[in-house]
Amino acid sequence: MSADALLVAEDLHRRFGPTPALAGASLAVAAGEVVAVMGPSGSGKSTLLHCLAGIVPPDTGRVRYRGADLTAMSDTERSALRRREFGFVFQFGQLVPELTCLENVALPLRLERVARRAAERRAREWLDRLEVADVAGKRPGEVSGGQGQRVAVARALVTGPRVVFADEPTGALDSLNGERVMRLLAGAARETGAAVLLVTHETRVAAYSDREVVVRDGRTRSLEQVA
Amino acid sequence: MSAAVSRRPAGAGLGDLLMGARMAVTGGRAGWTRTLLTALGVGVGVAMLLLAAAVPGAIDSRGERTGARSEPFVDGPLPAGPDTLLVLHADGQFRQRTVRGWLVRPEGPDAPVPPGLTTLPGPGEAVVSPALRAVLDSPDGPLLVARLGGARVVGVIGADGLSGPDELAWYAGRADLTEEWAGRLDRFGGGGPGEDLGPTLNLLVVIVFVVLLLPVVVFLGAAVRFGGDQRDRRLAAIRLLGADQGMVRRIAAGEATAAALLGLMVGGGLFLAGRQLAWFVSFADYSFYPADLRPAVPLVTLVVLAVPALAIAVALLALRRVAVEPLGVTRRGRPARRRLWWRLLLPVVGLGLLYPATGSEPAPTADWRIAAGAVLLLAGTVTVLPWLVDLVVRPLRGGPPGWQLAVRRLQLDSATSARLVSGVAVAVAGTIGLQMLIAGVQDEFRRPSGQDLTRAQAMVNLPGVAEPRAALDRLATVEGVTGSAATLSTAAAPAGDTNPNAVVTVRIGDCAALAEYAEVDGCADGDVFLARSGDLEAGVEPGGRIRLDEDWTIPTATRIVPARTDPTGGRAQSALLLTPTAAAGLPARHLNATALLTFDPADRDTVERVRATVAAIDPPIGQVLEFRAVREDPGFTKVRTGLTAGAVITLLLLGISLLVGVLEQLRDRRPLLAALVAVGTPRRVLGWSVLAQTGVPVLVGLVLAAGVGTATGAVLLVMVGAPVVLSWPVVGLGTSLGAAVVVLVTAASLPVLWRLTRPDGLRVE
Amino acid sequence: MSIGHTFLGLLQASPRHGYDLKRAYDERFGQARPLAYGQVYATLSRLLRNGLVEVDSVEPGEGPERKRYAITEAGVTDVARWLAQPEKPEPYLHSVLYTKVVLALLTGRPAADLLDVQRAEHLRLMRELTRRKTDGDLADQLVCDHALFHLEADLRWLELTASRLDQLAREVGR
Ligand SMILES: Nc1ncnc2c1ncn2[C@@H]1O[C@H](COP(=O)(O)OP(=O)(O)O)[C@@H](O)[C@H]1O
Ligand SMILES: [Mg+2]
Repeated sequence: MSADALLVAEDLHRRFGPTPALAGASLAVAAGEVVAVMGPSGSGKSTLLHCLAGIVPPDTGRVRYRGADLTAMSDTERSALRRREFGFVFQFGQLVPELTCLENVALPLRLERVARRAAERRAREWLDRLEVADVAGKRPGEVSGGQGQRVAVARALVTGPRVVFADEPTGALDSLNGERVMRLLAGAARETGAAVLLVTHETRVAAYSDREVVVRDGRTRSLEQVA
Repeated sequence: MSAAVSRRPAGAGLGDLLMGARMAVTGGRAGWTRTLLTALGVGVGVAMLLLAAAVPGAIDSRGERTGARSEPFVDGPLPAGPDTLLVLHADGQFRQRTVRGWLVRPEGPDAPVPPGLTTLPGPGEAVVSPALRAVLDSPDGPLLVARLGGARVVGVIGADGLSGPDELAWYAGRADLTEEWAGRLDRFGGGGPGEDLGPTLNLLVVIVFVVLLLPVVVFLGAAVRFGGDQRDRRLAAIRLLGADQGMVRRIAAGEATAAALLGLMVGGGLFLAGRQLAWFVSFADYSFYPADLRPAVPLVTLVVLAVPALAIAVALLALRRVAVEPLGVTRRGRPARRRLWWRLLLPVVGLGLLYPATGSEPAPTADWRIAAGAVLLLAGTVTVLPWLVDLVVRPLRGGPPGWQLAVRRLQLDSATSARLVSGVAVAVAGTIGLQMLIAGVQDEFRRPSGQDLTRAQAMVNLPGVAEPRAALDRLATVEGVTGSAATLSTAAAPAGDTNPNAVVTVRIGDCAALAEYAEVDGCADGDVFLARSGDLEAGVEPGGRIRLDEDWTIPTATRIVPARTDPTGGRAQSALLLTPTAAAGLPARHLNATALLTFDPADRDTVERVRATVAAIDPPIGQVLEFRAVREDPGFTKVRTGLTAGAVITLLLLGISLLVGVLEQLRDRRPLLAALVAVGTPRRVLGWSVLAQTGVPVLVGLVLAAGVGTATGAVLLVMVGAPVVLSWPVVGLGTSLGAAVVVLVTAASLPVLWRLTRPDGLRVE
Repeated sequence: MSIGHTFLGLLQASPRHGYDLKRAYDERFGQARPLAYGQVYATLSRLLRNGLVEVDSVEPGEGPERKRYAITEAGVTDVARWLAQPEKPEPYLHSVLYTKVVLALLTGRPAADLLDVQRAEHLRLMRELTRRKTDGDLADQLVCDHALFHLEADLRWLELTASRLDQLAREVGR
């Protein structure tokens, strides 16, 4: 594992009751790279992502972000880290239905106590960048799935995160819309230098990554290791 | 489309209902939770209704028991016989509670045994109620045990001999009981009828029931709607499969009925289980046995029929406000502005019903009309609240993220929140109205007693006491007593006067004690005074003769002075006052002893010690009057205590409903909440948004409740002919009770919020 | 597709006569087109020449049928190299890949690794095409998309095979 790795997971194990979700997963993400995590459903991809993002603590193993041990942090510290350094895109259900798209994108900034005006200005820029400026005033229920995901991507990127975690971000979209979201996500991440950890089972989506990690039965099979 | 195609087989309507019922009990874990919540909510409401239905019966049962132990009316003097019993009441007070005591002496082997006892206690033996036994075993026991006259406790009074489980009562055998003080009876039972509450109190009771039960009905309505959003979505899915609006309605009705029936069962169970709590609950001097709480059959029938009917009505009404379309529920768009006029209809009609009752008579008889009027007026809170919440929330903008989340949610769907808090609002409005009425009419029931607490804290009266001076000395030396104005007194008549009503009190005491009864300035031992208030009886004058055991001449040196109101608050009375030396040769053997005692009123134990001392003095008929600044009608006090207890219970109940509603909203939003926490939203922000989301409607609701409550109170006051005064403490108390409920509910929902925001919520189900 | 490598793989599993070899091949990989005897012996003699197989034993009697062939050390190395090397993604790749998987299973090699390596190769190409597509004009995009869809289909097949390896291993082992 290279020294310039931003986020490193070492031998993660995690059980949910009797089910082992992770059984020895290791992974290193370098700054600015787009890593696809692939594998059959139920293999532990999401759990791996949640561990890496400090949402779920692993039973054993360590996660280090820029040298700091995530597993040793308090919940508050991890929340703050997620808020400031990470961005998230999920399959769906992440936008607050009552807020307009613009307000949704501005929300992470507002949580960081950015004034409303400034937050919404930056949110608008990001909506524009993700080609959804026209839905700013609409609520998530009133926009299409692809537009909604692009709003979600805008929200993930608006704080200028170092790592964006995306769990099946195109899972609910048709391939054309899925690819569009992916193109914009990968493009924007490359521009801002954010690393992306992309969980997907769609190869055409994974093709936007720089490198791929396969998870089977809770174990990572990094291809560099195999080859 | 032809009729033949659209016709469905007969009985399909029933099939829809059954399908709905099946949906209520199947449909996975989420479906079950929802049905259970509804059943629980309905159950709690039903239990409350059953409790209310049981109250009259409980009061009856209590009356029957107390009646069974009462002394019968007797036509003439009853001669002593083998089947007679001498009974002397020795009721007293202990720490604001009534202690009922009976001293008994059988005059033959067949003497009647009071209910609850198997045998009469022998001399020196006592049988006590379980509650009294508990007090005797407590640290307070030594203060109380003297009341039994040194008798040994040999048994416990059974349930049928007590008004309730918490009653303090005892029977003690006493060998020296004589006809002189005690009454004679040959059976127990057959005493007079129970006391009547009187018109104003009656009105109060009617209103109390209305005020307490209306929120329960509102609560029932809310409980039936638990899980409404999910249900609407499911119905939309059914529409997609080709069901029409009518079928959807029948399915919804079936579902509601199933939940309501389940709720009835739960409610019955809760009631049966909950009434066991009666063992532990008592207020004022009222307590009940669980078995007393037996709702009357017609009322139970009413509840059993009305609850499912209400459930169906609410379900259909709820459906009317949303169009369940195949592609979802069209409530999601921007809601239409609410119209006000019909929402005002209810309270206006309510006022109309109440109005004719005002003014004409202070004792209104048309109870149903008042009940209906009050219901409608208060129900206005429910109808106006959503409109008002809308009005308040609509223009809100900005604010910190937690606030923004809450406000946006309210702007989209204020109805759900308004519905949840409307119960609290109704309860608060009712409580305010009632408390106002009570505050207004309390002068009718609460009078300043006139007792002068600056002069003494208690008066002890010992009629016919054998050793009056010794008894008075014992009182003066009771621990805690700081002063005693002790006098002896008897009644005399002017000598030779044949008018039996011409009586003058003769009182003997030192100058300090006499000063309590007249203005005896410059008094010295040996002086005699004639305290004067109004006209003196003829012959009662210096040098006049009065009749005691023998005739006695009032010394000519007697000074006539103005009489003084004594600390008991009675009128100033004319009396002949003698200092001890002047009374030396007074021909009077039977003297009553009276002591005005001073002590620190903050010390609760002193008066109990005084009572204990008095109980030990022979004969056991001494009385202790503890002075209070105000005197209350006990019936009134009970109604008021009942109301306060009821209001608190109701608010707790509504708190539960609010909690269930909030939890349900949270559960609905679980994936979103989990996602928000995943992206690093501090839970504090989410907590605030939950608080604001309930808090804003509650605040609006409380303001509205204050208004409606005040209006209700004012109308009720006009109705009983009392002056309308706005009492801010009452409004403040009502609203702060409501606010407390919200804070409690929010606090109680936070753990669930924390649990729901765990990353499990991120999993796609 | 390399018949030679396939033979080597089969021989590693167990030494066989030429006729057995043909039968085993036809059964597992021949689908509708059985091998001609001539091709079998030509291939075997090439392998013999290159020292990848040897004659294990000769049974008494006449004809080529009496020779039993076995794999040499060099042959094992050759098979291993072949299996480990990803195929260039191209249409109708699956028959080669399938052969490789079965042989890996037969010879006790990690078949999953083989699939993953192939995945990586496919994905590498897909990345390249995706990059070209993102930078290119509409014509480029359409051309790339065509290739991408094919590669995706292959990848799906790889994924599916990977998830059924256990089942396949059981059948091959029978
Ligand atoms: N919160 C949870 N509770 C119970 N089991 C879980 C939970 N999260 C994941 N699992 C289980 O762990 C395994 C891996 O799940 P997941 O990481 O979601 O897989 P993937 O995202 O690759 O489909 C699955 O068997 C899943 O059922
Ligand atoms: Mg997943």
